[in-house]
Amino acid sequence: MNILVCISHVPDTTSKINFTDNDTTFDTNGVQFVINPNDEFGLTRAMWFKEKQGAKVTVINVGGAETEPTLRKALAIGADAAIRINTAATDGLTVAKQIANVIKNDNYDLIISGRESIDYNGGMVPGMIAALIDANFVNTCTSLEIDGTQAKATREIDGGIERITTSLPLVIGGQKGLVEESDLKIPNMRGIMMARKKPLQVVEPIESSAKSNSIKFEKPAAKGAVTLVDANNLDELINLLHNEAKAI
Amino acid sequence: MSVLVYTESDQGVLKKAALEVASYAKAIANKLNTTVTAVAINANNTDTLSKYGVDKILNISSTELENFNAKGYADALKQAAEKAEAKVVVLSSSANSKYLAPLLSINLDAGYVSNVVEVPTEVAPLTVKRSAFTNKAFEIAQINSDIKIIGLSNNAFGLVETSADTTTEDFTPALSNLGVTVDAVDKASDKVTIADADIVVSAGRGLKGPENWGMIEELADVLGAATACSKPVSDLGWRPHGEHVGQTGKPVATNLYIAIGISGAIQHLAGVSASKIKVVINTDPEAPFFKAADYGVVGDAFTVIPELITKLKAFKAQ
Repeated sequence: MNILVCISHVPDTTSKINFTDNDTTFDTNGVQFVINPNDEFGLTRAMWFKEKQGAKVTVINVGGAETEPTLRKALAIGADAAIRINTAATDGLTVAKQIANVIKNDNYDLIISGRESIDYNGGMVPGMIAALIDANFVNTCTSLEIDGTQAKATREIDGGIERITTSLPLVIGGQKGLVEESDLKIPNMRGIMMARKKPLQVVEPIESSAKSNSIKFEKPAAKGAVTLVDANNLDELINLLHNEAKAI
Repeated sequence: MSVLVYTESDQGVLKKAALEVASYAKAIANKLNTTVTAVAINANNTDTLSKYGVDKILNISSTELENFNAKGYADALKQAAEKAEAKVVVLSSSANSKYLAPLLSINLDAGYVSNVVEVPTEVAPLTVKRSAFTNKAFEIAQINSDIKIIGLSNNAFGLVETSADTTTEDFTPALSNLGVTVDAVDKASDKVTIADADIVVSAGRGLKGPENWGMIEELADVLGAATACSKPVSDLGWRPHGEHVGQTGKPVATNLYIAIGISGAIQHLAGVSASKIKVVINTDPEAPFFKAADYGVVGDAFTVIPELITKLKAFKAQ
C-alpha cells in the first residue's frame, strides 16, 4: 500500500497568537512549530499500517524551507520519504491543488490528512483533494481498517458515530481516535539519525490562483473580570444566569 | 440569482442550525437585494422556513440520500445552486455540512470560507470575519471567485424571524456513484448533541473518576444541556472521545458553557471560548479558567453540584 500523509506545519498548541505588519501576518517570533495534531494521529495510523500490513509512507507539506524540520520529524517518527512543495500555503484550495497534482503523478492508495489544521481551522484540504482526484472521502475519521481495496471506517457525527464501508483510493480527514494519544511516538535518537538520510524531495509548485485571501487579523476583545458567587449562595448564581446573562 | 442555503434536517425534522443559516442567508440576500432559496433533503416540516425569510424551497425526497452521503449531498446542492443561479451558498458548521462543503467548493469552482461569525461587511468583494487559531484570533478574509460558499459558525448569528411568501418546488437531482456506504449509525436519540445544544455541561479530572458522572448527567438533564469533558478525561477513557471539547476535540460555541472541575488549559479555553457565557466551578481559586469565565464558584463539585441541581429543579418548577 502506498500512503501519503499531509503534514501541516503549525504553531504548538500552547503558543501565544500575535500578529505583525499591521495585523496582516502571523507573528512567528518565539513560536515553536509542530506537526498539526490531527495530522499526527493520521501519521501514527499510517505507521501502524506499515508495520502490520506493509506500506510505504510518504509525508507531504506545502510551504517554504522553514517547514522542513517538521517534515524531518515525521521522517524520524518513521515515514519513508518526504515531499515539500515549494510555495507559501495561501488558501486551502491552493494547498489542495498542489497536493492533488503530486498525487496524479504518483500513485497513492490512501491519503491521510488531519480534519483541520489548528492554525487556520479551514477544514477543507482533505475534502478538496478527494474531489480533485475523484477518490472516496471520509471526514472526521476516528478509526480505519484496510483489507485489500476495501476500507472500514468510523466517522464522528454530531452526537454519535457512523460506521462506513468504502474502497481505495481513499482520502481521510483524520483526528484523535485513529490512534490514541498514548500511541503517539516521540522520535528516538536512532529515528532522528536515520531521518537525516531519508529523501526529502523539493517540488516546484504548479500555477494555481487562490479564491480567497486573508486581509487582516484581529484579537478577541479582552475579557471582563469574573463575577464570583459564594458556594453557599447558589440561588444568586441562578438569579444571575437567568436575569443578567439570560442564559437559563 | 438567489442566495442558496442548505437547511439540514435530522430524522425528517429541520435542525435549529437550519433556521439559523436561513436567517443568515436572508441577511445576505437583503445586502445583495435578492431572494433566498433553501434546499431541504428528506425534511417534512419545511413550512417553518417561511418564518425565516426563505422565498423558495427546493424539496428533495430521495431514498438514496436517506443516510447522509457527502458526495451525494454535494452533487444535489451543486445542481440546486445552478438551478437557482446562486452566487452565494450558505452552509452551517455541522459535521455533515463541514464534510460536504469542500466537495461542493470543487464542484462549483467556488471559493469557500469556513467558521464565519458575522454578516459580510462588504459584498464586493465579499468580505467576511471568521474565527481562526481555535478562537484565539479572527481573520478578515475576502472571497474573490464568481460563486462563494460561506460556512457559518454555530450560534454566531442566531435566529431572526422575517415572514415570507414561500413557494415550494420538488427537485430531483441526478446522482452519480456515491462511493461511501453507511453500515450503521450509533447515536443516542434522546440526548441533545454538543453541536446543537444551547447549554453544555462539561466536567474534568476534578470529578475524580467516571463513576461520579451521574450528577453531571443529572445537571445536564435539568438544564436540557449536552454533556462534554476535558481532554484528560477522554484520554483516561472515563468518557467517550465524542465528548472531548477543546483544540483537538470538538469546538463549542454555545450560549452557556458550565465547566466543572476543569482547570482551564490554554487548549481547552481556546476550544470553548466562542461560547457566550462561561461558568466555572472549581475548588482551586487559582485555576486559570476563572480568568476566562463570566461567573465562578470556588467550591467542591461534590457539594456544589447536588445543591445546584436541587435549586435548579425548584427554579424550573416555578
